[in-house]
Amino acid sequence: MNTVLTELAPSAAPPITQKTPAKVRKGSGFWFVVPFLIAFALFLLWPIVSGLWMSLTNQSLTGSGTGFTGLSNYAEALGDAAVWQSLWNTAVFTIATAAPLVVLSFVMAYLVYVGLPGQWLWRMSFFTPYLLPVSVVAALWQWMFQPGFGLINSILTQLGFAEIGFLDQQGVAMFSIVLVTIWWTVGFNFLLYLSALQNIPDHVFEAAQLDGAGPWRRLVSIIVPMVNKTTVMIVMLQILASLKVFEQIYLLTSGGPRGSTRSVLEYIYDVGFSGYRLGYASAISYLFFALIVVVAVVQLRIMNRKEH
Amino acid sequence: MSTQTKIRASRAPKATRAQNQRTSALTIGTSKGWTGGAITALILLALMWVLPILWGVTTSLKSEKDAAGPPLSAPSEGWTLDAYIQVLTKGEIPRWMFNSFFVAVAVTVLTVAISALAAYGFSRTEFRGRKWLFALTIASIMVPGQILIVPLFQQMNSMRLTDTFAGIILPQIVAPMMVFIMKNFFDTIPKELEEAARIDGAGRMRIFMTIIVPLSRPILMAVSIFVFIGAWNNFLWPFIVTNNPDLLTLPVGLATVKNAYGVQYAQSMASAILAALPLMVVFALFQRQIVKGFATSGMGGQ
Repeated sequence: MNTVLTELAPSAAPPITQKTPAKVRKGSGFWFVVPFLIAFALFLLWPIVSGLWMSLTNQSLTGSGTGFTGLSNYAEALGDAAVWQSLWNTAVFTIATAAPLVVLSFVMAYLVYVGLPGQWLWRMSFFTPYLLPVSVVAALWQWMFQPGFGLINSILTQLGFAEIGFLDQQGVAMFSIVLVTIWWTVGFNFLLYLSALQNIPDHVFEAAQLDGAGPWRRLVSIIVPMVNKTTVMIVMLQILASLKVFEQIYLLTSGGPRGSTRSVLEYIYDVGFSGYRLGYASAISYLFFALIVVVAVVQLRIMNRKEH
Repeated sequence: MSTQTKIRASRAPKATRAQNQRTSALTIGTSKGWTGGAITALILLALMWVLPILWGVTTSLKSEKDAAGPPLSAPSEGWTLDAYIQVLTKGEIPRWMFNSFFVAVAVTVLTVAISALAAYGFSRTEFRGRKWLFALTIASIMVPGQILIVPLFQQMNSMRLTDTFAGIILPQIVAPMMVFIMKNFFDTIPKELEEAARIDGAGRMRIFMTIIVPLSRPILMAVSIFVFIGAWNNFLWPFIVTNNPDLLTLPVGLATVKNAYGVQYAQSMASAILAALPLMVVFALFQRQIVKGFATSGMGGQ
């Protein structure tokens, strides 16, 4: 559509008569922003406000009980062992995924950067999982994790090991979800690192080689510092993304066994849409939001200190 | 974020590639042990990332009986496209695929249109409250949309938009991050280009359509692809807001209509492959723009 309009517009232009640039009024720019602002107000600002209000009521999904209850939802959430467990699980997931997702993506990008020809093939290998819808990822790995004829377990039994209940064994299930998440999402960080590496100017390497720096020395003293900015950004984005984990958990274990993989968002979903307690679910959302803001602010502080 | 360096990078893909090849040769040339190790590690990692997908593909090409058999042995009944034929003719995959396509295209067109207009307004025009509104937009990037599902669902309920396409689409079109990315790009376009058109008497809208849009084609393309990938793969919101099986998008349909095919593993793998296929094609076609787009914006997904 844009093409059509751009091609039509010049020929439709009136003959040059007015030479008043003042035709563009000062205030007219506002109208460009209006469609976005309407959507922004309706689908972002309003839910933020109404959710805050909702968290102060005992509203349920069935419509009953909309009375104001003050901070009692928040008080209940702070005393709810399931809330604390889901926070703990989220923290464990975040640490267990963020570290490998940063380190591994750098290793992958570095290997592709210095490695064999055929970059697109390696790039495609590492990035394709990121393009898969989460339900495809879940179906694939559920099938890989199957007892009996699942790929991993059948290899394990052929090698003489016992089968592992990847998704239904407490303590193992979280590990499996971390594994799936790393496989699924590492491609995104990988691409960011790859483009950062490709931006390192050539003369830096030439200078290093003249100085007789070996590959290891070059990696540690030149490459890692030169992609530092990218690393800081990836760490920030990754931590915030990992804190919001829901879908793969919901699809693979629904938070089980015994709540051992239940993340905060999974719990919010359980409370709000399975337990019908919208008010309480909102309160947990806002506690979690406050926590995310704290994490983000701390990260920004650390990042700023590093840059100066 | 150093948008400047990134935009520069996106404008010089050829130089970057040539430069990269030179550096590779340079690095590899020094130590054989190091190079061998790097290549081995690369191949092993790539195998680990590709094997699950390959296994899904091979399973989808087996008969149901073979699919439930030992995973590492060759199929006794030979390779077959049966699962795909079944899924495409009997299942609901085609309908879900159409829904996904419709939703993703609508979300992409609306998001890019309103975000580009807003970005232009913020970048090139003056009006009262502009800085303040832009600051509000930027601040909202911090809000994790997922925590809004409860109030948003309630709101859709009261607007009678649950179980409608509008209900699936509209909440997805607010993308402050995209406004931010495009505004940064528009800021780099020289103002002189507009002056000439303005002297010719062109209004703001015409300047936007005839000068800004054509100059910004790469970034508009990259943003469109991002939004499309995001909308195509979005699970949580469509999952919350729809119950009607006729409106399910592909990711939701696949995940929630459990046992749609019983324990027919070949068919469930065939559905998964079919669901993944459109984006693979998009990626293969637009690889350069996507990689560039990622580099330019550095935005988060998941």
